Amino acid sequence: MVTAKDVWTALAEIPDPEIPVLSLVDLGVVRRVEVTGTRVHVGFTPTFLGCPALEVMQQQMAERIRGLGGEPDVEVLRDEAWSSDRITPAGRRKLEESGFAAPAPREGRTPTLVQLESHGFRCPYCGSSNSRLENLFGPTPCRSIRYCNACRQPFEQFKTV
Amino acid sequence: MDAQELLRLADDEFILGWRDSEWTGIAPFLEEDVAFSSIAQTEIGHARAWYQLAAVELETDADALAFDRDPDEYACAPLVELRLIDDWAASIARRWLYERADGIRIQALLNSVDRDVAGLAEKIDREEVYHRIHADMWAERLRDHDLFSRAVEDLWPYALGVVSPEQRPLLCHAIGLEEVGAIERGNHTPDLRPLWEEMTMVRRSLPGATW
Repeated sequence: MVTAKDVWTALAEIPDPEIPVLSLVDLGVVRRVEVTGTRVHVGFTPTFLGCPALEVMQQQMAERIRGLGGEPDVEVLRDEAWSSDRITPAGRRKLEESGFAAPAPREGRTPTLVQLESHGFRCPYCGSSNSRLENLFGPTPCRSIRYCNACRQPFEQFKTV
Repeated sequence: MDAQELLRLADDEFILGWRDSEWTGIAPFLEEDVAFSSIAQTEIGHARAWYQLAAVELETDADALAFDRDPDEYACAPLVELRLIDDWAASIARRWLYERADGIRIQALLNSVDRDVAGLAEKIDREEVYHRIHADMWAERLRDHDLFSRAVEDLWPYALGVVSPEQRPLLCHAIGLEEVGAIERGNHTPDLRPLWEEMTMVRRSLPGATW
């Protein structure tokens, strides 16, 4: 008999298709798991709406649940917006370790250009906060490009949303 | 929310996303190539989310709404249809005018009684912040250039057509121009059909194809 705990454990093993160091649980996209008999309901909040990884994530969740002997019912929740603040502390650590700067806390405020152009964004390679904004946009919708003036290394900054 | 209203939002984002993507590979410099491509991807993602909501009401799916309608059935504002690919100043002017207009529209949707609409508007707004910063940055940089001022002036009646008549004073305030006669939705520009032919080509040649 599949339990909610088994499902959470299984979902924590699914890598984000684009940033595989993070699991879907680290990313904070799984909002709830409810098990009724063999039916497993997962409430899922999309990260960036233009992200092509969203469909892959849903398929992988369904596959894992079938693997546990459950019938998957993955629901996309639209009533509450995902925020980069939902990435777990473990997720933030994994991002930093693999060369991505973790998102700055949103703290209920909208990011501004002045804030993005300021220092205070730490380079994940050398730890210096002497970095500058290179491009608001990057290779995927969730990333900006910054450049570290101290170690002269461009790096990817997860966007605050 | 009424499906027609959802389609106006979806079609605006979808068609503009296609137009923005036309700069992929040929923008004046690499950083803007990345920026326009990423913006286009996000706009099309927003379109898909609005289409999905409309599809529930119309008992169809997002792809059918995006690709299986005749050009006349699209509800987009003429601003997003214009082919501006050879004109960087006009492309930037359109981005700036559109983001300002769209920002006003999204603000109003944040208070929707429909929880899916309000939640989606909040999600979209958080992503659009980056589009607005990008557009404002460029508008500031090009403010004193004739090519840009002229493009803003030319596109202004189109920009007013993106928002509802009661939202137009807010747009005038945001852009700093007087209200003029808006170019309204309903009549498409000659630029839409060639774009439609291109974007629906695969779907029309292989009905029901999946990949």
